[in-house]
Parts: sequence; C-alpha cells; structure tokens
Amino acid sequence: MTKALKINKSTEQGILELLKFLLKKGKVKGIFTLKKINKDGSVAYSLITKPDELKYAVPFYPLMPVNAGKLLSRFSLKGSSSEPVAAVVRPCELRAFIELVKREQGSLENIFFISSTCGGVHPIDKSVDGTVEKNLSEYWDAVKKGEIPAELRPACRSCEEFIPYTADMTVDLIGNNIDKQCMIFLNTKNGEEIAKGMDGEFLEKEINKEKIDKLRGKREAEKKKLFDELEVKMNGMDGLIEIFGKCISCHGCMRVCPICYCKLCEFESSDSEYKPSNYESDLKKRGGLRVPPGTIYFQLGRLSHISISCVACGACDDVCPVDIPVAMIFKKVGESVQKMFDYIPGKDVEEDIPLVTFEKEEFAEVEE
Amino acid sequence: MSKDEEFMPKILAFLCNWCSYAGADLAGTSRLKYPPSILPIRVMCSSRVDPLFIIKAYLGGADGVLVAGCHPGDCHYEKGNYYTRRRFVMLKEVVKGLGLEPERIRLSWISASEGNKYVEVTTEFTEKIKKLGKNSAKNKIFL
Repeated sequence: MTKALKINKSTEQGILELLKFLLKKGKVKGIFTLKKINKDGSVAYSLITKPDELKYAVPFYPLMPVNAGKLLSRFSLKGSSSEPVAAVVRPCELRAFIELVKREQGSLENIFFISSTCGGVHPIDKSVDGTVEKNLSEYWDAVKKGEIPAELRPACRSCEEFIPYTADMTVDLIGNNIDKQCMIFLNTKNGEEIAKGMDGEFLEKEINKEKIDKLRGKREAEKKKLFDELEVKMNGMDGLIEIFGKCISCHGCMRVCPICYCKLCEFESSDSEYKPSNYESDLKKRGGLRVPPGTIYFQLGRLSHISISCVACGACDDVCPVDIPVAMIFKKVGESVQKMFDYIPGKDVEEDIPLVTFEKEEFAEVEE
Repeated sequence: MSKDEEFMPKILAFLCNWCSYAGADLAGTSRLKYPPSILPIRVMCSSRVDPLFIIKAYLGGADGVLVAGCHPGDCHYEKGNYYTRRRFVMLKEVVKGLGLEPERIRLSWISASEGNKYVEVTTEFTEKIKKLGKNSAKNKIFL
C-alpha cells in the first residue's frame, strides 16, 4: 500500500491548491510547471515563485512544448539547486531527466517531482490554432474513462510507460473521477514530508491496476499497429531513402531531444561538414548527390548515440517540419536496443547506462 | 570489372594493434593466404572504433566491415573489448531495426598468435559477403 492524499475537489483545483500550499508554507521556493500564455491554449514551462502567479498554471495541460527533462538539466547543471523547487512533469520527462543526471547533466537534489499517470499530449502544432483548447473537455473525458484521447501524438498513443517510476508524488488521472476528487499518491518519504499539513484526507491506497492495465493494452495494440506500418516502409536502404528523403537537415529533432545534450553535436562539427572535395568525390563515385547530404548518416548516427536512452517522449515528432515519423522510428529501434540490455531508460538513477559498463561473461554470440 | 570476373568485395577491417593486427602480421609472415578483399586499418584498441566509423563505411559503400580485437579478458587496456562488444550489440540492433543488413558487420576476436584464425575469419567473411552481393548503398544518391 502507498500513502495517498485525497482532496475532495476536482483534480485541477486540488493540484493547484497543493502547489499553492507548498509555496505559501515555504516548503519549496519555486514551482516548475506549465503556464498558460494566452487564451488560445499556448502554454510554456515556467518557474513560478509567487503563489498569485499560480492562477495561470495548468499543470497537466495536454501539451509538451519542450521536454522538461531538458529544462531541469539546465536548471541543475551546476549541482543541486540552492533552494528546494517542485517540478510538475510527465513520466517521460522525468525519465529523460534521470538519463541526463546519469550523464552528469543535472542533479536530483532539492527537486521534488510531482508527476501523474499520464494521458498523453497533443501535437504541438495543434496548440497554435486553438484546437487543443477547444477539445480539452473531450481529452479529459477520455482520460477519465481510461481511453486514448483522440488526436494524440503517435508517441503518446503508443506509450506504455505512462506511470512515473521515481516521482515523489503521483497524481492519479487515468480512470479516476477527476471532476470530483484529486488523488495524489505519496511515493517517497520526501513526498510524504512536503504534503504534511495539507488539507485533505491521508490514507493508504494503490493505483487502480485494472484500469492501468486496460489502457496499457489499448496502447500496446496501437503501438503494434504503428510499428507494423513503419516496418512496411522501412524495408532496407530504399525504404530509408524514401522516409528520410524529405529531411531538410534542420536538425530540429536533435535540438529538442532531451538525451542529445552535447554542446557541439558531432553532426554539426566541421568533421561532418561536406567539403567541396566531398561533393566532387561523391559525384564521381555515385554519379550524383542529394542536397543537403548526409541525412541518413545523421539519423543512423543519432540512433547509435541515443537509442539506448530514448524515452520516446515524441519531442522530435513535434518539431519535424516535413512529418518524418522520427519518434516512432526511434521508439522502435530504441526499444529493441534497450531490450537487449534489459534496460528501461530513466527507471533508476543508480543503474548504469549499458554502454558505459559491462559484464565479463555476456553476449558471446555477437562474436563470430 | 568484366562480366565473368568474380565479384570481389571491399571489406574494411579495423584491427586492434595488440592482438588482431599482430595476428594479421603473423598470417603474413607465415605465408598464409587470405583474400585481397580486406582493407586493414590499425587502431590502438577495438574500442577505438566509434560505431559511426562503421556506419560511415557502410553508407560509403563498403561491402563489409570487420572489427577485430583481443579475446575477452586479454585486452591490452584490460576492458576495451568489453565495451566494443556492448556497442556491437547496440549497433546490430540499430541496423536490424532499420531493415538494413547486420550481416555486413562482424566482430571477431583474433589474438596475436592466431594467424590461422585471421585467415579463417577473413576468408569466411569474404565468402559470406560475396553471397550477399554488393552493398546497395554504394551507388545510392539520396543518402
């Protein structure tokens, strides 16, 4: 049984009250959360320090303008934050942050993580025309029923890791009566500690496994469908050329990727630059050249760098201007690589990234 | 290449300085014969081979890429080849996952005293690549 806090208000209100309580009582000095920018439904992550500002906060708004793991990494890059802060993040964002911490790109200290059973988010371009805002009630209806809301991003539709592993608090959204009550699981000692004194009923409870499994089943089916579609397209080099032929080399997918933390990316360094002599030799050798060159090399290379830690957050899909299914490709390849090492990225900060460690007796079959 | 001439693949071989390169040397000094398909590149350790090297070689048209190092436990730097092994597992999954040909990349352990094994590995790999045929990436423009 896990400790839980039940607030007899809608989840939306309950969580805002909790955040306000944390700030007012000085339990945290700031809160990282999504904040509304305008009425059309544009949101952005903000660090809120004044309780009054919280009226614009929309903690679980179904959009991910940027992977919060990336933000938290910048925030805690120099080590632990001097003041305690609470961060309201999605499970995949939390996992991404853990992966960054493993790479010494952030610190978990002094950050309280509030996450949720996650219903998924809409594509970012649906926020600019107001569609997300308009369909908000349908979204929450679906989450309440434990279904997959319409128009979710493929990465979310097919996500099976929608329960946070290491959050201090988990807000129960899926299959919960979120209009009437706010159920917050206090998973850690820290979580219990900072919730102390909050108005509400403290009890012992478990997350409704049945509803979770049901949704997981639906998402699994969706994943299979999406993977199958992808597999048809990805048949050998010709398939890849067709998929990535549209790529304009903006490298947006790399820039928004929470795992790609390098200041100078290998693929933007002068080593990877196509020089006039490269153009010439390629023209001679292949009899032609695509411009911009090196798109498949870029994606293959990025896969070799980050597939082991890809949390399938889908940020890359959101930014691709030519609709290449980057997220699904990375999810598919990532999952198969991670399976080889029995590794779930971001599950446990103590677990080494498989590529920086080894066992003496293993994988004998890979040598021929 | 004329029509009746047999296809001789180009195989890039990254050989570790301490074991496999010495093994290749031994094959040479022992006057053993191995196929002319192999283009050796000496590296200080098999773990020096960035998976990107392999990807680049493959996209550049190499018909096969061989990485050879010391047997596990024998690495000159104690644990380099253990890392190589894990990277290879990863790389093979990536290549497989994209529907490309993992058969074109190979990892082998060849010690300094195994001139014979060097010959065996290179001969066998060459035969396998011959069967697979040319790397189709060689003449592709849209890479």
